[in-house]
Amino acid sequence: MQTSYRSSARILLPVRPWFIACSLAAALLLNLLPTAPSPGLPDWLALVLVFWSVREPRRVGMGLAFLCGIAMDVADAGLLGQHALAYVLAVYGGGSLSRRILWFPLAQQALHVLPLLLLVPLVQVAVRTVAGGEFPGIGYLLGPLLATLLWPVLTFVLLLPQHQPVDHDANRPL
Amino acid sequence: MENQPPPFFKRGPAPLALLSFYVALALALLVVDARLQALEVVRQALSLFTQPLQQLAHLPAHSVASAGDYFVSLTHLREENARLQQARMEKATTVLRTQQLEAENERLRKLLGVKERQHARGQVAQILYTARDPYTRRIVIDRGQQDQVVAGLPVIDDAGVVGQVTRVFPFVAEVTLITDKEQAVPVQIVRTGQRSVVFGLGNGQLELRFLPANADVQNGDELVTSGLDGIFLPGFPVARVVHVERDTSYSFARIFCMPLAGVENFSEVMVLEQRPPVALPAELAQPGREAKALKSPSARKKRFRRE
Repeated sequence: MQTSYRSSARILLPVRPWFIACSLAAALLLNLLPTAPSPGLPDWLALVLVFWSVREPRRVGMGLAFLCGIAMDVADAGLLGQHALAYVLAVYGGGSLSRRILWFPLAQQALHVLPLLLLVPLVQVAVRTVAGGEFPGIGYLLGPLLATLLWPVLTFVLLLPQHQPVDHDANRPL
Repeated sequence: MENQPPPFFKRGPAPLALLSFYVALALALLVVDARLQALEVVRQALSLFTQPLQQLAHLPAHSVASAGDYFVSLTHLREENARLQQARMEKATTVLRTQQLEAENERLRKLLGVKERQHARGQVAQILYTARDPYTRRIVIDRGQQDQVVAGLPVIDDAGVVGQVTRVFPFVAEVTLITDKEQAVPVQIVRTGQRSVVFGLGNGQLELRFLPANADVQNGDELVTSGLDGIFLPGFPVARVVHVERDTSYSFARIFCMPLAGVENFSEVMVLEQRPPVALPAELAQPGREAKALKSPSARKKRFRRE
């Protein structure tokens, strides 16, 4: 469990591993929705992976990111390894910046996360350009911006199960 | 350094070591997949896990669509039925005569000693969804290895060529559309009989390349498959020329075409069966031909001379 300066004023319960797994599965499902015509939607799986890598760097590491990336590659009909590479890099960044990021309030956390989320499509664009593909348009880079705006909401939703009931008494002032 | 105490907390390998391991693994996968195309089996195995998830994710959209179908009004269906009946009657004269013409054509070909025309057979498939990959133009259809679909089969719809099966999974298959950047179809211009190859541009259009600037191509020219690739049967409509740019500073004309088939629509398509290979003439098909040629007197003479 990580404590932080202001982003969560209350002490949180420890995270449950099955909840992490469920949130990742839900993000994968969201990614698989038939949204091919509108490319500006956020990459939910990348967002949730980065969130957990910032919150729980010991539990969500690069191995999990690699597996999620391979699953996305197969589902996406892209090159095998392009999502995996992007997710591994983003999760490495999230994990190594986690102690710094958690000191900031949510809006500034989102600003810290933006480059990590931008890294995901940029790595894929680089890989596909080297493999002979064509730049799919600037709308493709809109997703990370949307995902950044969603960071505070996501933090609230994914930390809900860790909130404990508020019952102050003289012995437990928190 | 060698007198370092053992760590209190086991934290596994250093993050940087892990990162380099996974990045190396991902790069290796990328290279093997892009250059050698050797990972199709891995992909097929993994698709057994992702395919159910994908179907689950498409369930809401499908159910909304089918609910919409359910509430289509009766009058709409009646109108459509009437329209289709009329279209069928209008086409009936041509279709009925086609059978007779085909029979006559076959008879004449037999008389001339030309090989009989090949017939197109296939199975109808439903388009499930567009592949999410934004770099390519692919669709996924609901026929796979279970239905004897193999990579390379041509796919058409009621108006023309849609694309070609490029990847087969147990229950679904990926079709690369003719508008994909890497897809090429050998075609023939109906009006002039000129043969060429049409390439996808990746933006929904096609380009007819490597025709000289003074080539006889006009707007509205129809392109059909030439059948020279041994994959598509000859005569399927592919595209119509919409714009011809002739610039004297280039040796080739830039000719843009629009696909005739509903390439970007969601509808039903037909996966054609594999085209039977065109048999070579008997003397060309014999495996020991070169050996025999060497034994011929002139070849023997040449060999002696060289010795």
